[in-house]
Amino acid sequence: MSALSTERETGPASRPPFLRSLAGIFLTGNTFVITALAFFSALVIGAVIIVFATPSALQAWHGFFASPGAALGPSWKAIADAYGSLFAGSIGSPTAIAKAFATGSPADVTRALTPISETLVAATPLMMAALGIALAFRAGLFDIGGQGQMILGAAGATLGGFLFPNMPAPLHIAFALLVGAAFGAAWGFIPGILKAKTGAHEVITSMMLNYVALNLLTYLLTSPLYQAPPRVEAISKAVVPGARLPLLLGHSLRVNLGFVIAVLCVIGVAWLLKRSSTGFRFRMLGLNREAARVAGVNIELQYVLAMTLAGMLVGLGGALLVQGVDFRISPLYGGSIGFDGITVAILGRGSPLGVALSSLLFGAFTAGGRTMQVNTSIPLQLVQVLQAVLVLFVAAPGVIRTIYRIKVLHGGGRIFGGWAG
Amino acid sequence: MSAEKSGKRAALGSGSRKDSAAPIQPELRRNLEALRRRSFGIALFALAVIIFYFAFGNAPSAATVFSLSAGPAIALPLIHLPLVATEIFLGIVCALLGVAQILWRTNRRIYLLLGIGLAITGVAFLAWAGKGQSVDVEGLLITSLIEAVPLTLGALSGLLCERAGVINIAIEGQFLVSAFVGALVGSATGNLWAGLVCGALAGGLIGLILAVFAITYAADQIIVGVVLDAFAVGLTSFFLQSVLVPNQAALNSPTVFDPIPIPLLNRIPIVGPLLFNQNIFVYLTILILAAVQIGLFHTRWGLRVRAVGEHPRAADTVGINVKAVRYRNVVLGGIVAGIGGASFTIGSTGQFAYNMTAGLGYIALAAMIFGRWRPLGALGAALLFGFTDALQFTLSVLNVPIPSSFLTMFPYLATILAVAGLVGRVLPPAADGQYYARE
Amino acid sequence: MRLRLNGITKRFGDLVANDRIDLVAEEGEIHALLGENGAGKTTLMNVLDGLYQPDEGAINLDDKPVRFSDPGDAIRAGIGMVHQNFMLIPTFTVAENVMLGFERTSRFGFLDRRRARAEIEELSKRFGLEVDPDAMVGELSVGQQQRVEIVKALARDAQVLILDEPTAVLTPQETEELFAVMRSLRSSGRTILFITHKLKEVLAIADRITVIRLGKVIGTTIPEKTGEQELAAMMVGRGVELQVAKAPAKPGEVVLEARGLTVVDASGALAVDGVSFDLRSGEILAVAGVQGNGQTELAAAVTGLALEVGGTVKIQGRDLTGEVPKAFLRAGVANVPEDRIKDGLVGDFSIAENLVLDVYDEAPYSRGGALDWKTIHATAEKRVAEFDIRAASIHVPAKTLSGGNQQKVIVARELSRDIKLIVAAQPTRGLDVGSIEYVHGRLVSARDAGAAVLLISAELDEVLALADRIVVMYRGRLVGPFPAGSLTREEIGLLMAGIHVEKAAKGVGM
Repeated sequence: MSALSTERETGPASRPPFLRSLAGIFLTGNTFVITALAFFSALVIGAVIIVFATPSALQAWHGFFASPGAALGPSWKAIADAYGSLFAGSIGSPTAIAKAFATGSPADVTRALTPISETLVAATPLMMAALGIALAFRAGLFDIGGQGQMILGAAGATLGGFLFPNMPAPLHIAFALLVGAAFGAAWGFIPGILKAKTGAHEVITSMMLNYVALNLLTYLLTSPLYQAPPRVEAISKAVVPGARLPLLLGHSLRVNLGFVIAVLCVIGVAWLLKRSSTGFRFRMLGLNREAARVAGVNIELQYVLAMTLAGMLVGLGGALLVQGVDFRISPLYGGSIGFDGITVAILGRGSPLGVALSSLLFGAFTAGGRTMQVNTSIPLQLVQVLQAVLVLFVAAPGVIRTIYRIKVLHGGGRIFGGWAG
Repeated sequence: MSAEKSGKRAALGSGSRKDSAAPIQPELRRNLEALRRRSFGIALFALAVIIFYFAFGNAPSAATVFSLSAGPAIALPLIHLPLVATEIFLGIVCALLGVAQILWRTNRRIYLLLGIGLAITGVAFLAWAGKGQSVDVEGLLITSLIEAVPLTLGALSGLLCERAGVINIAIEGQFLVSAFVGALVGSATGNLWAGLVCGALAGGLIGLILAVFAITYAADQIIVGVVLDAFAVGLTSFFLQSVLVPNQAALNSPTVFDPIPIPLLNRIPIVGPLLFNQNIFVYLTILILAAVQIGLFHTRWGLRVRAVGEHPRAADTVGINVKAVRYRNVVLGGIVAGIGGASFTIGSTGQFAYNMTAGLGYIALAAMIFGRWRPLGALGAALLFGFTDALQFTLSVLNVPIPSSFLTMFPYLATILAVAGLVGRVLPPAADGQYYARE
Repeated sequence: MRLRLNGITKRFGDLVANDRIDLVAEEGEIHALLGENGAGKTTLMNVLDGLYQPDEGAINLDDKPVRFSDPGDAIRAGIGMVHQNFMLIPTFTVAENVMLGFERTSRFGFLDRRRARAEIEELSKRFGLEVDPDAMVGELSVGQQQRVEIVKALARDAQVLILDEPTAVLTPQETEELFAVMRSLRSSGRTILFITHKLKEVLAIADRITVIRLGKVIGTTIPEKTGEQELAAMMVGRGVELQVAKAPAKPGEVVLEARGLTVVDASGALAVDGVSFDLRSGEILAVAGVQGNGQTELAAAVTGLALEVGGTVKIQGRDLTGEVPKAFLRAGVANVPEDRIKDGLVGDFSIAENLVLDVYDEAPYSRGGALDWKTIHATAEKRVAEFDIRAASIHVPAKTLSGGNQQKVIVARELSRDIKLIVAAQPTRGLDVGSIEYVHGRLVSARDAGAAVLLISAELDEVLALADRIVVMYRGRLVGPFPAGSLTREEIGLLMAGIHVEKAAKGVGM
């Protein structure tokens, strides 16, 4: 008990009441404002990086003192092009939308809707990954095994998708999804049981399992079970059409049932956390493990349960990706989605709604990033940098407050403990 | 050891004040110790069984050759090992160790015996895997040491930070950034030393960012570390694509540090090429290791650092500036990790490749934990992990019937086993990961 | 050195912890600062110590004004503080702890352990503070650790020593030893500031007494001119009942039966060593003893929180030895833990959520795995009113409540269940007098309603006030039980120090 705590026994709650006025929100650094400013700051940093990566813009700075306008011009153009493509590729270009309204032809409508469709497609596996990771967060666990869990889920769904080619369609979809979810759950189970039984920190075990999964995938892709017969490179058999997720908006747009399933999962996890006893237990565990133990929670069981559920959700994300978009898996499948899921979960502050919104944002970034790379040859990785910077600022609101001189209401917070939990 | 036990700690002045309680009943303690001895002994027996398995199904004439010479060392004769006889011999030794363990009265050296048993099993495995071929044992040892260099430096970096109470998960990111900068600067300037210094500084810069977010702004340290890792991956691959690839020759083709032979000493068999014929990174690692070991436990600086990591408030009340100590250590840790990262490019392969550190930053953390937050322990753990890494190269050369993918998994699986087997029993610095403010 | 405080004021947001405090302590004087928990004593000492800066007012040493911007300044000026929670590092040796910040070094900053050792030995002899410089602090007894803290202060040549609640963790015996040390320090010309809330001690040792309440100085006096009643009244601001009004106990069936209980604590030592007792419904059994003699582990054993338990624990005849906490909860055991913030509440949960912390999965709060928030909130409103919990609403986080209100939440939660046994460990530690009275009242009424109460307390006054029967715990073993009133205060004190008393040998009462 700190010396300080004995000094506040008398009197009412010592913190000032929450200021609800609009002015109060702006003055005291409300979360939404912080997030918006963090976003803005990340864009600024991204802009600087864009300038560095565009030789013409960089060159122009040589003549800065001679004529500032000439120096700024190319830079501004580079930034505008990059962010413009980002926007056009994720939400839509105003010209394409106008045209679609004007002509109403399917081709034009498709073109107008493609960015949004791509955004939703990119957001789906991200949402699932972030959901699983956020769930683990709430229980006080740091699951960075998303990459591995996603690979396992995809591998499972692929297996379920080609093993029984004659299964009737709706059943086959469900079957493949289940296999994927189960594989992912198993990959989440391992760090969970290790933590419960040996106290091994899940950061290291889940991270190591990522690399094990990557190597396992390489192995599977060259094994007779998985390898597609006529091909010699490492690529799997295809998921049969009966196991593929139906498209939502016609043949030319990739958005599929996976998005709906992801949203349903968000709702499910929200219900779990707020309204179920299991969710209550998870939240207790995440906020104060000792008190949870005293209150009778079986901590080991909850750790295993939380990690398994997290793995299941992430694995399901991998399944949705395979059955909805790619239909085959190849080495390094899933890319960095497992890690992006961490940043999305942090941005969403561990709440299902926050996760959903943040994954839409990052999905937009991803989709837009591809267009940006095509149009301006700025590498796609800029998006990752933007995301990381954004989350850094969100994780330490104090930095934003200092930069923009916003008054502090509360101090920072510690979400995770040290190696012993 | 369950999750609960690993979380317990007798904390001073935090509510559980302990009078010197009566010593544990002699019987109870004896029983627990005997149980432990027995299980370690059984483990040794299990290893012996594995060794005997290696002996099976081999023609009596099967033999393996161990080569122990390399480089400028005085050449040693090749060691011819008749397979069956060797395996049986080693199996018996291991079994005897198991018996000794069970019969022994004390629990001292319990880990040492297990270590010896594991080493014997390793030798037996090599003999089996290299059946009918020549196994370059010296090469294996040298590669283990080289692989262990970044792991050791990474572990030392983590140690410097955690001993002061700050968790540094960003080692992976520090590796990547410094590898990148080292290659870039070394290539652009043609000067490897410039590359090394800039790489180290790059690592220090990442450390500074971590310090600012964690120490001044109280952000969760694990989150900041993981995000910095993602940031580093994104940043380095971004600039790899946009700047290095188009200018490969000018910006991504540094030369590599040559080995610096120490005359005479490097001619000693086995040890010579291992320790005295290496490049600057190995020598730097040894120097830094010694400096940290002596510094932490025998100087005023070390005492203050450890105090800050164990009980920052106590340190504060005697006038130590907790934040300053933490800042210094985190940046220093970043610099050490930066040196480790530079070894990936200008210390070995030369070019920077996408995400080339392959999770070694995390394995370095595991080495730190495995080494109980002590420099020498971290070295031992790093050597062990380096060995598993080197082993996969050797095994792939030997055409062992294990798919290469599984061989690559070796170090990672070993890490999981190590962390799961030990963590419940070790204690990090008491204030590790906790934000401190005077309120 | 003469110490003078003029008008010291310190605020934390809206809370005025110290309000224009004036104090004078002469050279060679033991000056007691008396006040209840929350009065502002520790804040004042932290100001003196350099940890906080006063918002207003001045500190004078030997009539020269001084300013401390950090603890280092205070130490250099000759102020040495022995904190209530020791500022010692368990994994360091005594010498390392004493040296910290003031290290004895040879060339290049290498530690000179030999010199440090010699200095500590010299100080030990001079003031009668026996410590072994090479012992690991984590393995020392509490009394020994306190001595290390004092040596630490003296090693820096402290002329003013501040002792913050030093006797909270000492047996009466050790307290006498501490008083001897204090007198020896006084005769060497040092000034001692002694902070406490224990009236008897103040009258025994102090030269002058200053009483502070709610941040203000109420008055200064000397022991000859005052008595317990008057001091208590000054401390609290009204007449204080030093006794609790309670009807005689009506014990019924045996609720808790312990036989040969052994518990091994986290460090592997035997904390509870063959404890046996019975506890019946409708009575309060108080386990007296200085903290650290196994009480924490005993409480853990009868609530399912101990990890390695030997012997038997039976609740209403059912053997629950070694069962999980949940089993004990279901059997009707209520737990009011020692550390309310760490073990009793989830600080970030609302009051409503905390009120169902261990019953959320039972009807009516949940059905088939789903929580019924309406019922939970309605019940929370009821409890808040019933237990007089002062808060803005049932939705505020528990960490924003004062200590007294936090304890009320825990008490409300535990006493509202269908309980057979209450295990209350240090239930009024750190609470203001009003909350203490409240909690005592609740425990007594629970007893009258038929519950069995196991009260574990290091506060002798609390034990004497509440107990129907008393046992004393020393080094893992119990002495007693004795009926309340059959032992004098002094006798209990001796038992707490492990010294046998005639009555114990006769094995009175069961």
